[in-house]
Amino acid sequence: MATSNGPVLLDFWVSPFGQRVRIAMAEKGIEYEYKEEDLFNKSELLLNSNPVHKKVPVLIHDGKTICESLIIMEYVDEVWSGKVKLLPSDSYQRAQARFWADFSSKVYECGTRVWKLKGEKQEAAKKEMIEMLKLFEAELGNKTYFGGDTFGFVDTALIPFTSWFYTYETFGNFSIKEVTPKIGAWAKRCMERESVAKALYEPNKVYEFVCFLKKYYGIE
Amino acid sequence: MSIDRDQNSLQHTHPQVKMAQDELKLLGAWASSFVIRVRMMLEEKGLSYEYIEQDVFNKSELLLKHNPVHKKVPVLIHGDHDICESLVILQYIDEKWSGTGPPFLPIDPYDRAIARFWAVYIDDKLLSSFIGILKAATEEAKAEKIADTHAALEQLEGSFKKCSAGKAFFGGDSIGYLDVTLGSLLGWIKTAERISGAKLLDEAKVPLLVDWAKRFLALDCAKKTIPTVERIEKYARELQATRWKVSTAN
Repeated sequence: MATSNGPVLLDFWVSPFGQRVRIAMAEKGIEYEYKEEDLFNKSELLLNSNPVHKKVPVLIHDGKTICESLIIMEYVDEVWSGKVKLLPSDSYQRAQARFWADFSSKVYECGTRVWKLKGEKQEAAKKEMIEMLKLFEAELGNKTYFGGDTFGFVDTALIPFTSWFYTYETFGNFSIKEVTPKIGAWAKRCMERESVAKALYEPNKVYEFVCFLKKYYGIE
Repeated sequence: MSIDRDQNSLQHTHPQVKMAQDELKLLGAWASSFVIRVRMMLEEKGLSYEYIEQDVFNKSELLLKHNPVHKKVPVLIHGDHDICESLVILQYIDEKWSGTGPPFLPIDPYDRAIARFWAVYIDDKLLSSFIGILKAATEEAKAEKIADTHAALEQLEGSFKKCSAGKAFFGGDSIGYLDVTLGSLLGWIKTAERISGAKLLDEAKVPLLVDWAKRFLALDCAKKTIPTVERIEKYARELQATRWKVSTAN
């Protein structure tokens, strides 16, 4: 059990950005305290820990706060530099990993447009989503993971968004799985890892949450 | 402080350091802050490279080949490797040539996280705000973007205070990752001030940043890479008229 001096993660259950950090911590075997935040009623702790963006995830470690999921992942990789490394050691491979991890965040932004918008804008978002995922497929190639033989930085960064595909498919009335089968196969492999299986929620739960969000924001 | 050369390809050889290295090429565009920051770093590290100017509105085969995902500049071509996205390129150069000069990113993991955080903030919040001033279609929209820019700069004032710890630059005694990330925007920030008439780097609001900017612009890497405000202003007004469809009546 993590002591009160150990790392604390401020998070929200279904946040894919929070899940990235949870997976990273689990892969590296780091014990930490998980604090569920109510994003609809933000705590003083969250507002003080991330005054600039007021968002989760936030890692509190040694009295310091680290924000932004990919930045937290790099921090964690550097501080707990044990056997398991998320980022490769080669500079060029690291640059590639950072590039693709950064790109993976666009999946969420695009997906949000798919479930929020209608008509032409939704069609454009759907098209963009498929194009992006096809690029990821090409990058994955025949590798087991984006990291090669080992689950790594890009895998951690991208995998949480796969639990949102069902939501995008349902609201967008299109198939992601059919047109990007390699991503589906890769996602299945990742789900066999305990770190991923424990962090991610069932696609149905994500869908239910988005339905709630739509009602909350008064989106048709 | 100007680079008014318009050759398509420019061989840069730094007199100080000639190291055995794979060929370095940089696909860039003279007005792009993202390109400028990479050039600043290459300059600081004393690295030789071939600069190849790109027309971002009429993309070359070369650009599409080396950045098929985003089709944007800058692209650093190192031997047979392509590195894209300016902040990724900066970190690559820092790691690859870690023995040359002081490190651009801090050594401590927490300080590195802070530097990374503010670099992302600069590109996401500050840049979009002051470009938004130039793109604003109405006075109302312009005023909103000016307010956003002030807010972002005030955040960065605080970040400078923390990161510099009383020293001259974000990186301390010598420039670092945040200095070039923010410094590369100074030409455009001054242009936005000129075109909009609004004071953005206001010594009343962000005195530390105003002083930092003066120091930064006096450096060789800035003088050699940041175009004149006149040149950027002409370009910005062209963009306003043709692509951004903004009335340029002053």
